[in-house]
Amino acid sequence: MNRLKLLATSALSLTIATTPVFAQLASIGPGEGSLSIVAWAGFIERGQTDPKFDWVTDFEAATGCKVSVKTANTSDEMVALMNEGGFDMVTASGDASLRLVAGGRVQPINIDLVPSYKEIDERLQNAPWHTVDGVHYGVPYVWGPNILAYRTDVFPEPPKSWNVVFEPMDLPDGKPNQGRVQAYDGPIHIANAAQYLMHHKPELGIKSPYELNEDQYKAALDLLREQRKLTSRYWHDAFIQIDDFKNEGLAASGSWPFQVNLLKADGVPLASTFPQEGVTGWADTSMLHVNAKSPNCAYMWFEHQLSSKLQSDLSVWFGANPSVPAACTDKRGMLTPEICTANGSDDFEKIAFWTTPVSNCSLGEGACVPYYRWVSDYIGVIGGR
Amino acid sequence: MSRAPAILPTRGAWDRLTGLFWRRPGVLLLLLIALPLLWLGVVYLGSLAALLLQSFYSIDEFSGMVKEEFTLSTYAELFRAQNVDIILRTLFMAAAVTLASAVIAFPIAYYAARHAQGAMKAVCYLGIMLPLWSSYLVKVYAWKLILAKEGILTWAAAGTGTSFVIDGILSVPGLSSSSLSTSPFGTWLVFVYVWLPYMILPMQAALERVPRSMIEASADLGANRGQTFRTVILPLALPGIIAGSIFTFSLTLGDYIIPQIIGNSANFIGMAVYKLQGTAGNIPLAAAFAVVPIIIMVIYLTIARKMGAFDAL
Repeated sequence: MNRLKLLATSALSLTIATTPVFAQLASIGPGEGSLSIVAWAGFIERGQTDPKFDWVTDFEAATGCKVSVKTANTSDEMVALMNEGGFDMVTASGDASLRLVAGGRVQPINIDLVPSYKEIDERLQNAPWHTVDGVHYGVPYVWGPNILAYRTDVFPEPPKSWNVVFEPMDLPDGKPNQGRVQAYDGPIHIANAAQYLMHHKPELGIKSPYELNEDQYKAALDLLREQRKLTSRYWHDAFIQIDDFKNEGLAASGSWPFQVNLLKADGVPLASTFPQEGVTGWADTSMLHVNAKSPNCAYMWFEHQLSSKLQSDLSVWFGANPSVPAACTDKRGMLTPEICTANGSDDFEKIAFWTTPVSNCSLGEGACVPYYRWVSDYIGVIGGR
Repeated sequence: MSRAPAILPTRGAWDRLTGLFWRRPGVLLLLLIALPLLWLGVVYLGSLAALLLQSFYSIDEFSGMVKEEFTLSTYAELFRAQNVDIILRTLFMAAAVTLASAVIAFPIAYYAARHAQGAMKAVCYLGIMLPLWSSYLVKVYAWKLILAKEGILTWAAAGTGTSFVIDGILSVPGLSSSSLSTSPFGTWLVFVYVWLPYMILPMQAALERVPRSMIEASADLGANRGQTFRTVILPLALPGIIAGSIFTFSLTLGDYIIPQIIGNSANFIGMAVYKLQGTAGNIPLAAAFAVVPIIIMVIYLTIARKMGAFDAL
């Protein structure tokens, strides 16, 4: 009887593997023996960088699913790789996940097959960047904020506002901020300016920094043009920014906990803060390719990413926050409540998570400025226009 | 006693093949160049054609999807102020880099070609080639550290009381910034450093080919050193100079790594292409941008030809 059952499930999984899956999986069969994942650098570690950080070996031993990783550097690369196909999973940020859903490259997830799904932070369980019309298209991985990093030898007190990088002023050490601040070299940074205006110019009526009408958008660009006069350089490579904090006299900049942790470990007098205007942030989701060859292994990974020490160790490794809040306190890995606080886990409500700006937004059909214009206009702003 | 006939019977496929080649030399030629021709035609020109085609498409205003219909609107977009800025900025940088490379490279190439002997010649070759042996990225990152505000250059300037030189450069409008590493001046300096060997080598080759007899003849006819240089050496070395300038000019036009690491983040053509095709998914505009250096180089080569740079080829 058992043999028959195994035969039946194998046959089932075989048909699932060979034909495109349009409906979600009903039950998890035996693993297919392999799992290929498109991921950010540092997201899938098997101890190859630092033996202490390994959340793959256990999974492989327990499930027999051999994990292979294709690292991608940008959200667009991830979308391109998933469009090409040949991968089972992707760890997509909010500015990629909806594009994958809209393009039909990922399949709905049956969250009943992921027992630990209910352990996820309730605010993430149905987050709009992976749940469309009540259908789940992924399982939350980890998330992180874009914080304000500052040198403690310049700021004796943490700066309270993003104005230190947006407006000309003298910093507490008596010297002007011109040439000593940086901003993110990506069009999504326009959202940071919009967030700043939400707080300081309420008359503009900005509801979400990712949904801007023409007037609001123009105000944000004007603010960024002022910022251009203050910034010596824009950053997109974490390691170039690390070097600038060390060698360029950089005093304050939007940044990630990743850089702050590395610089602190290096003895640079640096700290980070959540200014009063709030911050933007990223939240990543594991998604399953519509033609995945190993859906069973993928579902086992979904459970693994939530229930094992992965959440804990990855958060320490990357300066991120677990999607399962218990990982901060239950000592399943290296994470401690102090690290969670430093990485911003208490400030979830202050974070406006990255999403792709589209023209048909909550303000109406075609009411918002779409992303491709953010790109070309931000190029203009950086060029001094 | 048997006698071999004048024409031997064919002994197999190879003989027949040789016979075919002998009777029809064109077949052999075709066979030999088919592969390179295929490469040139399909891989090389084919991708260029695909690029050109893309640039005549446009991006849909609402969905951001590429519309596969013929239009010139993407090229019109190139003439927006911010895009003209990018093109002019790149053009100006390429010209400045080429000019500086030529001025610096000429004395080096002249010495290496006409004066260096024996071991010194080897030292010259090695010195010019050595920077090409290490990774381009390593060199650029090294320069970032050298030019940094708290880098060795600023430190040395402070120690020798010459900080006013750096401050002077950084106060020039257009170059102003907080340090050399974030100033367009730094970008220019690193470009010149990285591309210099590509200028020296063709120059040196051209100078080596200037026959000694002509210089002697020039002297016999009463020309002084300056006249010989202007009327004999320089015109004969011109093809080398132009060849070198084509390298430095086109390499600067297309580079997108150096301005990303050194400088004030203002975009160059290469960076714009990289961002537009990647982050924005605006492949038509990226393709249109990529056509700009091609047009610039065609104009450049035409002028070079008019100046007689290719006469010696």
